[in-house]
Amino acid sequence: MSIEVMLNASGLGFVVAGARWGQTDGQVMFLFVLAMAAAEVSVGLALVLRLYHLYKSLDVDASSLLGG
Amino acid sequence: MLIIFYVAAAIAIISTVMMITRMNAVHALLYLVVSLLAVAIVFYVLGAPFVATLEVIIYAGAIMVLFIFVMMMLNLGERAIQMERSWVNPGTWVGPAILAAALLIELGFTLSARPAAQTHATDPKAVALSLYGPYLLGVELVSMLLLAGIVGAYHIGFTGPEEKETVDATKLDRERTLAGGHLVHAGAGRIAVPPQRDIYADVD
Repeated sequence: MSIEVMLNASGLGFVVAGARWGQTDGQVMFLFVLAMAAAEVSVGLALVLRLYHLYKSLDVDASSLLGG
Repeated sequence: MLIIFYVAAAIAIISTVMMITRMNAVHALLYLVVSLLAVAIVFYVLGAPFVATLEVIIYAGAIMVLFIFVMMMLNLGERAIQMERSWVNPGTWVGPAILAAALLIELGFTLSARPAAQTHATDPKAVALSLYGPYLLGVELVSMLLLAGIVGAYHIGFTGPEEKETVDATKLDRERTLAGGHLVHAGAGRIAVPPQRDIYADVD
């Protein structure tokens, strides 16, 4: 959720810059940020579900090992 | 128009701060929805109605529904709230807060030194022409990114059939209790068999 806030802030910056100079590039960049956020959220939530199935907890410290 | 902008911006900032400081994840999500809607109003005032509409539909609609779905599915309960409360002590967030406040003051000086720009609306047609004109390659890249996101989410979230068969409701309940999790009384808890009297107790 905090990543969502940060991406939204960057998108706001793009749109404000686009409105400042009267260009549409800012809004196009915001669309790209939006699509990227959607893809990132889907993968991240799938990871969270997987973590919960494995550890029955959402504590990130529980998953401190990498395995193939 | 200016008053609308300032009110929406204040609502966005306040609701984002409230979202970060909430202990309950669902409350934080509600504040996040409010924040996104306020940002959509800011977009509209800035002269970007197309982006404002997309913000409401995709962010406040689709992505937030995804978050709510996963949160209701996990149902962490009281123990996680206690743990998070122990994490939020002043020593951890004072430093970043001071740095962010310095950035904010800097931003205020920059904005006050420069005359404010007048806003003019850009219609969706111009955005679309720019999107499918010089940014056509970017659109294709984003479509491939979305496809990769879908496939990745499916691959990560896929539990094999042999894994699914071994998990039944009572086992899940027991493991949750051992882990200290919160039991869902309305759902899986009802499936658990009550302890039965041993009918062979007095038969040797």
